Amino acid sequence: MTDRVVKLGGKKNSTFMDKVKKILPEGGNLNLCLTCGACSSGCPATGLDGMDPRKFLRMAALGMDEEIAKSDWPWMCTMCQRCIYVCPMKIDIPQLVYNARGLRPREERPRGILGSCDMALRNKSTSAMGTSPEDFAFVVGDVLEEYREAQPEFADMEAPIDKQGAEFFLNQNSREPVTEPDEMVPLWKILHLAGVDWTYGSSGWGGENYCMFLADNDSWEQITRTTVDQANQLGVKTFLNTE
Amino acid sequence: MTFSVLAGLKKFNLEHHFEVKNIYEYYAKWIREGKLKVNSDWNKDLKIKFTVQDPCQIVRKSYGDPIAEDLRFVVKSVVGEENFIDMTPNRSNNYCCGGGGGFLQSGFKEQRLEYGRLKDQQIKATGADYCIAGCHNCHAQIHELSEHYGSGYPVVHLWTLICLSLGVLGPNEREYLGDDLKEVNVFHPETAM
Repeated sequence: MTDRVVKLGGKKNSTFMDKVKKILPEGGNLNLCLTCGACSSGCPATGLDGMDPRKFLRMAALGMDEEIAKSDWPWMCTMCQRCIYVCPMKIDIPQLVYNARGLRPREERPRGILGSCDMALRNKSTSAMGTSPEDFAFVVGDVLEEYREAQPEFADMEAPIDKQGAEFFLNQNSREPVTEPDEMVPLWKILHLAGVDWTYGSSGWGGENYCMFLADNDSWEQITRTTVDQANQLGVKTFLNTE
Repeated sequence: MTFSVLAGLKKFNLEHHFEVKNIYEYYAKWIREGKLKVNSDWNKDLKIKFTVQDPCQIVRKSYGDPIAEDLRFVVKSVVGEENFIDMTPNRSNNYCCGGGGGFLQSGFKEQRLEYGRLKDQQIKATGADYCIAGCHNCHAQIHELSEHYGSGYPVVHLWTLICLSLGVLGPNEREYLGDDLKEVNVFHPETAM
């Protein structure tokens, strides 16, 4: 895409970048770029798909909206924010990327991310693997019982679900209950030994949110609302993320 | 998750009656308060070296350098200060591993591994035997990087090492430990499956 001459129109239309500026605090500083390239020089996504963060921002500034919408690069940027961290003007390129993801119709976004988001919307678990609250409760109970018996020092270890008034609300990445349940145990042991009063939620226990990565705001909100409502209802003091 | 909740609460203006925290801060707190009696003696003679990935969502994007310090305090407490080697750059200035942002599920595998080349080089440059990953996306990605680039360092969760150092890590909770640690300080070895 760098081989051809870029022609700029005489009159600037309302562009993608203008739209993003409107929704960001301080316009995301998107028009403050000094083109220094600090972002690109420290970005692991530089060079992928012939793109880098500075170039991406310049393209947006030049109103090359069609090229931006067509590019796969927004899916290769992880929105890790290192570019903001090193930017002298604190330009929010990741938000530009996030909104560029949203330029495509939802069903044309990467299937893996789409599928994980849709799975999370299937039930109240908010699990990207679609695991139901019942299945989660079964696995947790089963593994807990097994370890209480096998390791008597942990005979009174707990892994509560929906414990009213617990201090901490914990979430759990679905990978453990679904594919490697033994990996849940070290965390339970730590919480037990530290004497922590904690609980999972039957709703919103899933510790992933692919809907955010899909740039699907409504679904992101739904997922977050489900887990937040559950934590509110249980009256916890702290929403504790393991990741 | 930390970031999606923190950012989601703000973006969608959701009413909530709790604080959002990350567990690294609490691991550190519980160790400092003496509630978690971790001990690095298991590694005194073994001298197995560890480095740690700073998860972007938790460090740079949410709590910054203070939580990166907590993370290091925990790691040093469980593996021994002399057995920790930091990667460069680190803390808020560390590089993303390439597992975040949905990249693992996006289908662009070749690009994802290329993205991670920098992370793999960073880890190898430390000379550490292990990389600790406190986040699942980081864990999956760095695990794959180690295999793809033939680097051979195992990638472990933090909770595995905390339990190892507490002497309560059973034989079936060692999936991600290398052969050098499969038999070390095993809790209830008779329960091996």
